[in-house]
Amino acid sequence: MSVQSTVVAPPQLAPMEKKHRRGYWVAVRRRLSRDPVAITCACILVVIVLAAILAPLIAPADPYKTSVARRLLPIGSSGHLLGTDELGRDMLSRLIYGGRVSLLMGLLPVVVATLVGGFLGVVAGFSGGRINMITMRIVDVFFAFPSVLLAVAMTGAMGPGLSNCLIALCIVFTPSITRIAESATTQIRNQGYIEAARASGAPAMRIITGHIVSNVMGPILTYASSQVSVGVVIASGLSFLGLGVSPPTADWGLMLSTLRQSLFVAPGNALLPGVMIMITSVSFNLLSDGLRTALDVKP
Amino acid sequence: MTLARPIVTATGLVKHFPLGNPFFGRSRSYIAAVDDCGFSLAAGETLGVVGESGCGKSTIARMIIHLVKPDRGSIELDGAPVGQSGGDVRRLRRAVQMVFQDSYASLNPRHTANEEVSFGLFALGRPRREAIARANEALHLVGLPPEHFSGRYPHELSGGQRQRVNIARALAIEPKVLILDEAVSALDKSVQAQVLNLLVELKRKLGLSYIFISHDLDVVRFVSDRVLVMYLGKVMEIGPVERIYSAPSHQYTKALIASRLSMDPSRRTAAPPITGDPPSPINPPPGCRFAARCAIAETLCRTKTPELTSTVGDPSHWAGCYATMPGSGHSKAPSAQPVVRPQ
Repeated sequence: MSVQSTVVAPPQLAPMEKKHRRGYWVAVRRRLSRDPVAITCACILVVIVLAAILAPLIAPADPYKTSVARRLLPIGSSGHLLGTDELGRDMLSRLIYGGRVSLLMGLLPVVVATLVGGFLGVVAGFSGGRINMITMRIVDVFFAFPSVLLAVAMTGAMGPGLSNCLIALCIVFTPSITRIAESATTQIRNQGYIEAARASGAPAMRIITGHIVSNVMGPILTYASSQVSVGVVIASGLSFLGLGVSPPTADWGLMLSTLRQSLFVAPGNALLPGVMIMITSVSFNLLSDGLRTALDVKP
Repeated sequence: MTLARPIVTATGLVKHFPLGNPFFGRSRSYIAAVDDCGFSLAAGETLGVVGESGCGKSTIARMIIHLVKPDRGSIELDGAPVGQSGGDVRRLRRAVQMVFQDSYASLNPRHTANEEVSFGLFALGRPRREAIARANEALHLVGLPPEHFSGRYPHELSGGQRQRVNIARALAIEPKVLILDEAVSALDKSVQAQVLNLLVELKRKLGLSYIFISHDLDVVRFVSDRVLVMYLGKVMEIGPVERIYSAPSHQYTKALIASRLSMDPSRRTAAPPITGDPPSPINPPPGCRFAARCAIAETLCRTKTPELTSTVGDPSHWAGCYATMPGSGHSKAPSAQPVVRPQ
């Protein structure tokens, strides 16, 4: 068996591309900025968040001013761009103001749960053994209850109100994020590069910040951002049951439930808060998808 | 090898992994991954460790740098015991580094070559700028010009290049001893040769000592000064490389050497010299671990564990086999001679 072989000059190495000189997070941002879907969603969310923050400046009318004469005006009425609700309040203003409570209810618990759950999960996954087992069995206890039931029970026990509602939502979201973080950490904790880092004598905290966080961030962020919409929905459910914010506060969930009775009279108006919840949650989900792709080093 | 001063000495290492749930009481069953293993590594020496998969080679390596804590036994570094306290372990890990088998899993997919190599230095408290410069030096040392490679991610490197990054990461700490756990096993033959030559060159240049773990007998023969043969968590034989390959003493070593594939068609063996799988390492019975598969095992082999004994003809060649142990009582054993016990 003879093999004809020709000696080929080794290919000239391409000079190092410029992107490699920059850090990992710079590359992530660059990849994210090239994703049109993610950018669109990010813009939509920025508009919604800015509108909520600047509500007093941009709302065309007082969201709490009722008018018996101008009830349930259709979308596009003069003076009320998006019509009015069952008490004659301006829908556009109420939607802008409603974003304040709804985004707070959707975002804050998820952010808190991501930090707390992520920390617990990474520590449990990294230490393994008994610490892991004890943490995860406690988490399992929370999993035994449906999340809505848990939120209702806790708000009921602590008393209604915005802050109790937020605390309840934090507790609802933490176990699942802990579990995601724990399983992602457990998966990579026996990888060679973690062992090599331990072998180099790096302290545990350094290994967690240097190796583990960047590798478990993807699954955690993806999951957490999908929970924002769940947060908005549970919060509106709590408000509906009288455990969250109470009327006449403008809140998408609350508006959805009060406009429910007018669904057959003015379907367009009644659906508007739902449309806002949907746009927000879909944007968060698509943005998180883009983020997950961008966090991956491979193109 | 008797003259050189030992740099690493392992004595009576034992690691048993309990089976079952560690939370609810202690389990009765255990896997005897490593049972009473000892050896010493001289400065500047390469000690090859061979054996089948699952015989405890990797566990020994992990115990030496305390990635796995030994159940019993001690490790000495330059004559001083290590591994008793946290500071000890850090000292050990500065002197002994390890290169792992899976070159891809051993590199963080989100770190560039330089980030990967400098991480350990940086984590040990070196200033960032210095760590990066040192990492570039290490990359240069393993034949990866930093101007081309320091910014590359693992998926942009070939298998051989990734393994070079792994070697650079270990070398960046400036160890005296490098443990190579199947470091070339996953590479193509041609790449394997390149990496082996690199290792030989680095050893000469930096005055390193190697513990070279592999299941590839030819590779071990190429790099080693001495060879340690393991089977089911026990040391079967240890001795100079020529002795092990030309005049093996233990029945298992003989079978292992005979099972090598030959390039010469006339020397092809028709049937493999060892048949069957190694017995389960769970709760192993007393006696020689190889007795169940040994062609000439006798009652003695199944009842009493043979000690490592210096073989006839070479005081640096030790084996734990009754069949070649003078005066052991085995029918094939040579007649009694004064038996020297290992240090």
